[in-house]
Amino acid sequence: MDEPAVIVAFWVLAVLTLGSALMVAVVRDLIHAVLFLILSFVGVAGLYITLSADFVAVVQVLIYAGAVSVLMLFAILLTPRSARDNAPVPYSAPLSALAGLIGAVIIFVAVQTDWAKAGDDGRFQTTASEIGRALLNPYVLPFEVASVLLVIAMVGAIVLVRPASEEEGA
Amino acid sequence: MSLPIAAWYDFDPFRELHDWLRDHTADEVVYVVAAVIGAAGILTFVGLGALVNVWLERRIIGRIQVRRGPNRVGPFGVLQPVADAIKLIQKEVLQPRVSDSKLFNLPPILVFIPAMLTFAVFAWAPDLVYADLNVGVLYLLALSSITSLAIFVAGWSSNNKYALLGAMRVIAMAISYEVPMVLTLLTPVLFAGTMSISGIVDFQRHYDVWLAFLLPVPVLVYAVAATAELNRTPADIAEAESEIVAGYHTEYSGMKFGLFYAVELINSLAVSGIMASLFFGGYSLYGLDEYIPPWMIFIAKIYFFYLGLIWLRGTLPRLRIDQLMAFAWKMLIPLALINIAIVSVEVLLWRELELDDAVLGAYVAVNAVLGAALVVAFFRMLTRSYYRLPTRVRLVHDVSVPSLPAPGSAIGP
Repeated sequence: MDEPAVIVAFWVLAVLTLGSALMVAVVRDLIHAVLFLILSFVGVAGLYITLSADFVAVVQVLIYAGAVSVLMLFAILLTPRSARDNAPVPYSAPLSALAGLIGAVIIFVAVQTDWAKAGDDGRFQTTASEIGRALLNPYVLPFEVASVLLVIAMVGAIVLVRPASEEEGA
Repeated sequence: MSLPIAAWYDFDPFRELHDWLRDHTADEVVYVVAAVIGAAGILTFVGLGALVNVWLERRIIGRIQVRRGPNRVGPFGVLQPVADAIKLIQKEVLQPRVSDSKLFNLPPILVFIPAMLTFAVFAWAPDLVYADLNVGVLYLLALSSITSLAIFVAGWSSNNKYALLGAMRVIAMAISYEVPMVLTLLTPVLFAGTMSISGIVDFQRHYDVWLAFLLPVPVLVYAVAATAELNRTPADIAEAESEIVAGYHTEYSGMKFGLFYAVELINSLAVSGIMASLFFGGYSLYGLDEYIPPWMIFIAKIYFFYLGLIWLRGTLPRLRIDQLMAFAWKMLIPLALINIAIVSVEVLLWRELELDDAVLGAYVAVNAVLGAALVVAFFRMLTRSYYRLPTRVRLVHDVSVPSLPAPGSAIGP
């Protein structure tokens, strides 16, 4: 993390991430907002790379920039009333307060943490196999709970979209 | 073992340059020089490839369809792609007034980025990898999901219902076919124990077995899923001209359309490269790579699979969108899941019981039998209700035909 190239990369990525996150709130067009959100996700993936977390970075692009964003785009596309504009809503004041509170908590934790202890020697390591071992040995219960949750969500989605009249389909 | 014929095409000068730079300059200089040379090499291969592929594709499909194809510009029409490019560049670039002007020019550039980045992780030769990522396979999947996003932006910003329909078809197909693709790309990773492309190629060289022999069903599933993701003819419902004009690039003219077209060809090369590296031994060819430069073998394999893609495009008719969706969800995904179970058990037996490496030979035989049985059983039994074909010739009035609505009556429930 001390090399000049890494520091330059960090600042470029930080400006990209925060700038596009700001644009999400500023732009009027909802589709543009989602596209800026995707840019922000990609910036976060770049920040993960500067932290030598290659697996998390690629998964960030795959899940957030590739899948979650598509879900959001479709949600906007298929919702007739809110299709185009980022109109002001009555909840903007309390939601801004909530966002500010979350931001303050994150900044507080970031300042309080002793980062020198948390960091390693800063070399690229094979993080994927370590994450796999951690998921299947000490954290197997949360992993399974998450899987069951996803299965429940999928079954729920199928139940919701199933037509009411039970037709004998092919 | 040193190569018997040392020549300019072995890239040995580059190795000497690298050694000289490492001894005489800082690490950063070596890094930058290697990055620039590698990028130039990949850009040359892809740029030339896009031009050559236009000609190859049109000539070969012409031959398949019993016509001549382009044969006027230059010998055998080889200069036709150049003429096409010049024509496209000087064409008037039209933009609909109602389009989203901020986004409209973005997608032709955006689709290029993942297509080019794909080539970074390929192993062209033992030490010739542009970026040897530990998570190479996952990286390839992440890139393919970005492509569909760019195409969605193209369809949305055109503000044209056919373009949007095409874009939504692309997204639906990408989501559907990404699932079997991820599940099949998992199986080489399971066997090799690494996600790095060069690691998987090394596994195949070390054990002298192509993963295609160990994993016959995943190869087939990957071939189908990749063809569908490419939007090429058996699965080009995103630009089905008889249904939705030209799909997501309806409103793009001139070189902007040309870029979409070039990206399609580059992506075909990328898919062929993934196929060659993950399943067919990459740059190795059972010892022949000692005599022929490995990168030539790799490019030959890429073009072998690319010719297969052209063959598919020239011979198969377009599928309907519901057929394609059903094929992904009801056939490819269950097949891929059953295969993951089989492969996991085999790898577990091999690694945990520390069986002799000769067991891989047994796995080849077992998997060939199991795979054939699985495919046959799958299409005979599990999919019987989708494809019920008569077993013998019968007269129409022997078959119970569902009564059709009378002409003029209301359609629907």
